Amino acid sequence: MTATLQAIGTAVRLDGVRKTFGHGARAVTALDGIDLAVAPGEFVCLLGASGCGKTTVLNLIAGLDTPTSGEIELTTGRPAVMFQEAALMPWLTAARNVELPLRLAGVRKPARAERTRELLDLVRLGDVGNKRPHELSGGMRQRVALARALASALDGNRGKAASLLLMDEPFSALDAITRDVLQSELLRVWQATGTAVVFVTHDVREAVRLGQRVVLLSSKPGRVVQEWDVEGLTGPDELAAVDRINTRLREVISSHAA
Amino acid sequence: MRRETLPGANDAAGPEPTENGALPASGVDPAPGAKPTDAAAAVGAGLDALDTPPTGARTGRNLFRAIASPIIAMAIAIAVWQFLWSQAFWPEFQLPAPIAVWDQILKVVDSGEVWEFLWVSVHRAVIGFLVSVAVATPLGLLLAKVRVVRAAIGPLISGLQSLPSVAWVPAAVLWFGTTDAAIYTVVLLGAVPSIANGLVAGIDQIPPILPRVGKVLGAGRLDSARYILLPAALPGYLAGLKQGWAFSWRSLMAAELIATSPELGVGLGQYLHNGMSLSDMSMVLAGIILIFLVGVGIELAVFRPLERAVLRARGLNGAM
Ligand SMILES: Nc1ncnc2c1ncn2[C@@H]1O[C@H](COP(=O)(O)OP(=O)(O)OP(=O)(O)O)[C@@H](O)[C@H]1O
Ligand SMILES: [Mg+2]
Repeated sequence: MTATLQAIGTAVRLDGVRKTFGHGARAVTALDGIDLAVAPGEFVCLLGASGCGKTTVLNLIAGLDTPTSGEIELTTGRPAVMFQEAALMPWLTAARNVELPLRLAGVRKPARAERTRELLDLVRLGDVGNKRPHELSGGMRQRVALARALASALDGNRGKAASLLLMDEPFSALDAITRDVLQSELLRVWQATGTAVVFVTHDVREAVRLGQRVVLLSSKPGRVVQEWDVEGLTGPDELAAVDRINTRLREVISSHAA
Repeated sequence: MRRETLPGANDAAGPEPTENGALPASGVDPAPGAKPTDAAAAVGAGLDALDTPPTGARTGRNLFRAIASPIIAMAIAIAVWQFLWSQAFWPEFQLPAPIAVWDQILKVVDSGEVWEFLWVSVHRAVIGFLVSVAVATPLGLLLAKVRVVRAAIGPLISGLQSLPSVAWVPAAVLWFGTTDAAIYTVVLLGAVPSIANGLVAGIDQIPPILPRVGKVLGAGRLDSARYILLPAALPGYLAGLKQGWAFSWRSLMAAELIATSPELGVGLGQYLHNGMSLSDMSMVLAGIILIFLVGVGIELAVFRPLERAVLRARGLNGAM
């Protein structure tokens, strides 16, 4: 009974969320009535053209901004977030950056050190842990940020796993090979922790590969246009889904030109 | 809005969570299909090796230039001084010979008096500076983060920074008499505004994304100040500390020079004052040189290396 209740509950629900930046004549409506519900443990990919408000949605869910109107109901604790830019602390080494959420969560030192090593190995940066961000390449910085977000997702709530992970184009700065590896690692972490994931991407193929559900946003202002269930698609089915979503994405983008 | 289930998609709700928080072993026991991943990792590591910037070392030539140039400049200045003295443009009590000043310095060093002067002045400056840091740091945090405080006393603090602290000496003497309290008052009024303003500038220049990162990582107000704001503002804060030290030292010399009394002991300022009373120009110049050496010495020995280490750690070593 409880299991069913949980299954139909939501990790986060957005209800008619609008967001307007600025006032008067220079106001920009970034989001116009977004409705979106993410179930506990669900992996949702947000897809949309550049500037359609994907980052804004994540900021609102993370509590970094407040909606102009509408409601956001968050039933999980504080979500773990990976930002679009790496945003590492420039005075900390890579390892200390990964350690920071654990330190803030009050995790003890030996456990911190072990988790940090584990995560740096996961993103294949085990031997540059003592380098500072400015000594790393852009892709390496992005991977440190990924490790930090995972640290926050795994132990960030006083040593417990977060039940919601927000990721803003985490892999867009990476070469295809690294991206491939990290996508499978992300799926593994997701399966291991049962955390819900809201994953923003430009890449339809990535969205279909990772997500259980793909949500397409229109731009100026952002609205939810369409959703697809894409879980467990393989081979030709997957390709067909990518094609279909791509076509729809093109339609949405070209409708702005008209 | 449409929602469609594509052919072949499962409609199961989600994966069964395994043990909470456990990270599945990845590299430890490779699954049967792990071969391509290893190869990929090797390629990836190759890519990383390519794009990690090399870290350059300082050359001996730079070091030579850093040490030799000021020495040469000083030698030229002394030569000019010697030349002017030899031409006897001014009487001896206005321009003594370099050697006479040197003898004066040797005299106080040989008699051991110099250690007393230095001790009296330097320990006052250091205590005054440390108290200033303790006062200015919370003040700067408040100024930077609390809007009302900033609106109320921000302009006052900036104004105080440009008020020469020697202007406080008469007031301090009238309040506290010629005591240590008067001297410390002047030093604090000189140093606190520059340290607080340095911290405010440092905090204002923090990229806004960093406190946001702190917030989503779970930092409360105090943790945010300790782990994000203060370290992020460190370059500006250090610049403020450096200036604060210079202001402490200046204010202290002004106070010692004006407020002289037997119970205050003899610091460098009083030594200078005595030289003036005795119309002994070589003593006055020796005092000035000692004051200069202490100020520059502490900056070079303490603040320069600190600043360099901090900037270098952040990859901001363009100026160094
Ligand atoms: N602080 C702000 N002030 C004014 N306008 C903003 C602000 N933040 C975002 N916007 C506007 O809101 C819209 C959505 O921005 P957002 O960053 O959410 O886009 P995005 O979908 O994440 O784009 P991208 O894929 O390029 O990252 C844009 O038109 C942007 O100009
Ligand atoms: Mg964005």
